[in-house]
Amino acid sequence: MDYLQQLLGPAWLPIWTLAKIIVIVLPLLIAVAYLTYAERKIIGYMQIRIGPNRVGFFGYRLIGLGQPIADAVKLMTKEIVLPTGADKPLFLLAPVLAIGPALAAWAVVPFTEDWVLANIDASLLYIMAITSMGVYGVIVAGWASNSKYAFLGAMRSAAQIVSYEIAMGFALVGVLMAAQSLNMVDIVNAQKGGFWQWYWLPLFPLFLVYLISGVAEINRAPFDVAEGESEIVAGFHLDYSGMAFAVFFLAEYANMILVSALTSILFLGGWLSPLPFLPDGFFWIAAKMSFVLFLFLWFRATFPRYRYDQIMRLGWKVFIPVTLIWILVIGGFMQTPLGYLFH
Amino acid sequence: MDFASLVFYFLAAILLLAGLRVVTAKNPVHSALALVLTFFTAAGLWILLEAEFLAIALILVYVGAVMVLFIFVVMMLDINIEEMRKGFWDHLPLAGLVAGLMAVEMVMVLGGDRFGLSAPTAKPASYSNTRELGLLLYTDYVYAFELAAVILLVAIVAAIALTLRRNPNRKNIDPGWQSRQTAKGHIRMVNLKPQHPEYKEADE
Repeated sequence: MDYLQQLLGPAWLPIWTLAKIIVIVLPLLIAVAYLTYAERKIIGYMQIRIGPNRVGFFGYRLIGLGQPIADAVKLMTKEIVLPTGADKPLFLLAPVLAIGPALAAWAVVPFTEDWVLANIDASLLYIMAITSMGVYGVIVAGWASNSKYAFLGAMRSAAQIVSYEIAMGFALVGVLMAAQSLNMVDIVNAQKGGFWQWYWLPLFPLFLVYLISGVAEINRAPFDVAEGESEIVAGFHLDYSGMAFAVFFLAEYANMILVSALTSILFLGGWLSPLPFLPDGFFWIAAKMSFVLFLFLWFRATFPRYRYDQIMRLGWKVFIPVTLIWILVIGGFMQTPLGYLFH
Repeated sequence: MDFASLVFYFLAAILLLAGLRVVTAKNPVHSALALVLTFFTAAGLWILLEAEFLAIALILVYVGAVMVLFIFVVMMLDINIEEMRKGFWDHLPLAGLVAGLMAVEMVMVLGGDRFGLSAPTAKPASYSNTRELGLLLYTDYVYAFELAAVILLVAIVAAIALTLRRNPNRKNIDPGWQSRQTAKGHIRMVNLKPQHPEYKEADE
């Protein structure tokens, strides 16, 4: 590696960073592909069906493991239809605006203590800022399609994401008060000491609020009113086809994995092992992320879609007061000798 | 030219172009989106100035919330841009005056050395300006900070009070009450005897 560094000179840093980005993004995209497969299989079994089981590799079915690849090839070869009267540049820009933040947020996510692309001080703030940009893809798509259904979907999604961002932000304020840091590596290290030291226990109301707001932020069932197919067909991505649609799809699932990673890091101890005598490592964060992702799929198979005014009530009248009260509780306890309970 | 100034000129060029698009775009939605790009590149410039908290707050507050609601409204309005352009030449002198004053202020701040202001010195790498800003806001400037918060609160209450209309005929619903309802008290089970002559009850 030293030899390569000398050979490339000043070009070393950009090339090395690019390599690290590929090492994060490539497995992420593969995870997205197989998350769609897992979703179809798990929900299938929950509804006493089998799910995809035909497409395999080299003539073997392999319980349908080739399905995501076949889907990707199909979407790539389909035509991208431009609706009449659509705002062409914005119509094509919208999927990019959706996937950009979904990938950029991964820059500061730590997978273990050393496996992090950019270990910056304000990484929690960075995540909040970047994920708040994701709504533009939805709004611009809905407006540029020049369709009433798409526009309704965009309006719903904008209101929903902005409302739940507040509750989510307050939940993160509780975490940073407990950890006394905005750096995600420090936040995980502050949770050392086993299962009972992770923040899900002292910050339990915030954990619930964060998890549910996370589902709402990524427009997943039961909060998927932005694409409620029984009311507004497919919502904001109604007019998208082929790869343009696939990019929205990618962004949604990448965001799902991101929220599961953040939940694991902030509330479930990240790469720390549940029992202090077991070694820490990437394995634990992967297991925790899979658990949270399974919860998301489980929600989708279980709950009927929320009505729109109920979503707004839950966000503004339930979650925000709960987070505000719990922040006061944390602040109060930290002034007493019992403050160690929250560290 | 070093890398930082290259990034600066790149961002500054995008910022100026986007700012120009805000006032020249024919479509108000395009203007608003150009404003989003302006804020985003401005945040990039602030990061170059090592003001990472301000930069992230700019994105979080203005790009992530304020502009979303702004675009939300602009998209639903049918704005005639020609109508709005009518008073352009009448307002030009006043606008020019404001722009000139702003330019003078910028020169005085940026050329601080010549006007007796001391230039800021670079901070060490361990310096966290989020922490420093928090300490300053909640100690030295706590009254000003609380005052600003109270003014905002009053503004929110006033906005709600102004738009709230009590209509005696409205059929409003209470989702809280609705979600608490169960079948009890709403459904009455009635044991009806079937009327069909060929029907025989199972227990006969």
